Amino acid sequence: MVAAIEVRGISKRFGTLQALEDVSLEIGQGEFFALLGPNGAGKTTLISILAGLARADRGQARVMGYDIRADYRQARRALGVVPQELVFDPFFTVRETLRIQSGYFGMRGNEAWIEEIMEALDLGSKANVNMRLLSGGMKRRVLVAQALVHKPPVIVLDEPTAGVDVELRQALWEFIRRLNGDGHTVVLTTHYLEEAEALCGRIAMLKLGRVVALDTRANLVRKPHSLNLRLRLSGRLPAELAARDHGRGGGEHLLRLREYAEVEPTLTALRSAGCVIEDMELEQPDLEDVFLEIMRRPEAAVAGAA
Amino acid sequence: MIGFRTLFYKEVLRFRKVLTQTVAAPVLTSLLYLLVFSYLLEGRMRVYDEVAYSAFLVPGLVMMSMLQNAFANSSSSLIQSKITGNIVFVLLPPLTYWEFFAGYVLAAVVRGAAVGLGVLAAAWIFVDLPLRHPAWILGFAFAASALLGALGLIAGVAADKIDQVAAFQNFLIMPMTFLSGVFYSIHSLPPFWQDVSHLNPFFSMIDGLRVGFFGRSDVSPLASMGVAFASLGIVSGIALAMLKSGYKLRF
Repeated sequence: MVAAIEVRGISKRFGTLQALEDVSLEIGQGEFFALLGPNGAGKTTLISILAGLARADRGQARVMGYDIRADYRQARRALGVVPQELVFDPFFTVRETLRIQSGYFGMRGNEAWIEEIMEALDLGSKANVNMRLLSGGMKRRVLVAQALVHKPPVIVLDEPTAGVDVELRQALWEFIRRLNGDGHTVVLTTHYLEEAEALCGRIAMLKLGRVVALDTRANLVRKPHSLNLRLRLSGRLPAELAARDHGRGGGEHLLRLREYAEVEPTLTALRSAGCVIEDMELEQPDLEDVFLEIMRRPEAAVAGAA
Repeated sequence: MIGFRTLFYKEVLRFRKVLTQTVAAPVLTSLLYLLVFSYLLEGRMRVYDEVAYSAFLVPGLVMMSMLQNAFANSSSSLIQSKITGNIVFVLLPPLTYWEFFAGYVLAAVVRGAAVGLGVLAAAWIFVDLPLRHPAWILGFAFAASALLGALGLIAGVAADKIDQVAAFQNFLIMPMTFLSGVFYSIHSLPPFWQDVSHLNPFFSMIDGLRVGFFGRSDVSPLASMGVAFASLGIVSGIALAMLKSGYKLRF
């Protein structure tokens, strides 16, 4: 089966900024895939290249097997993009916006499907309202509807829940999950790590334009270390443990352990240093820990991982 | 083809939704020019022997309003879309650069024609105007609106800010329009400026439009038509090359 998205050695430079450096990844059909990374990591640039909004300096990319340059018309038909910015055309109503967007994709008589997505996104009552008059959340829904109007097999959402209230976020995720269940490939970028954790099967992490991690969610969470030991102490953490402290300060310490067998020697070290444990918690790391750890690695390690 | 038709429809719908601003206002402006200038100059200027100055003025005003509005239609639509970011709605779909060009330029032609017809209809109330060769009128109206629609497309794509489009309009389009014989026959100019005017494609288009009404002109209408379509060809070529390369649109 042809990959939904295939990226091979993509590089892109904006002036002095190397936005993407030799990025390769493959996303299978039907996957729910997350692109994670801090601001400026290159997530939006990568999406823009796939969508034809930006052009790669080197490398190739395909959407559903169609080269984004040579077969750009088929590639764009296969792709639905929800842009990050809350953009809209103030001249038109919701229904006009969706009809026009259908037409750009060469579709006519798309009314039934337009009604269906308006219904699913709870836009029915706003169908004849001018875009200007909609709230931010409603505009976001219209952007999602616009991306779906040509029934693309691959849907890319660039931080769709940024600045969206909790209720809408839940509704959007439920809707996107349903699309994925119906067989659509979904790719999203997000700052909300718990979202990626809850929704996505595989995750790519980008840092300074490079892929620094690419694996299933389960493997990522398992890989670097397996346990977090949270401590609140009276007394100072002994020097050999303090060097490994990932806590956020305020008297709370966080030690990362590879296995349960490390718990005992750690406690021994604390006891012999005269520390009294006021509070202790042993927990499985979540994606946020993995994310922060990977992002904190020095440059050399980043290059090595890519 | 459906993509082009939709873009064309969207661009026409866009100016239809604000008709007072996009059609009524320029018609009123032209009418004011007509009333003031013909009141001041009627009888003092004789252009062609049998044509009254007020009648002579009308085709120039029609052409001027078509030029300005065709330019404004494509340039303001594009710069607004770029600034607000909704340009992505036309960049994400599988539109070819030809469809993109034709959609914006033909909508500009429709806007130019709507304004031109409005000016003409309003002028006919006050001025007795012959109509000798309607085919020339249609030909020059199309060439002029399309040329300015394509220039507006170039300006809208190239500009990063609205004031850059305004500069294009104020320092290029306006001077070329005013120096093209809207208000006078270039035969009333000194010889040097007559030669300069001959190089101005806007002059050819205004002069050519007058043939359609009066059957008379400063220059042969065929030559003017040649200049108009050659200019249209060159400017369209530049616009298409820009769109094909993705200049300022696809980074």
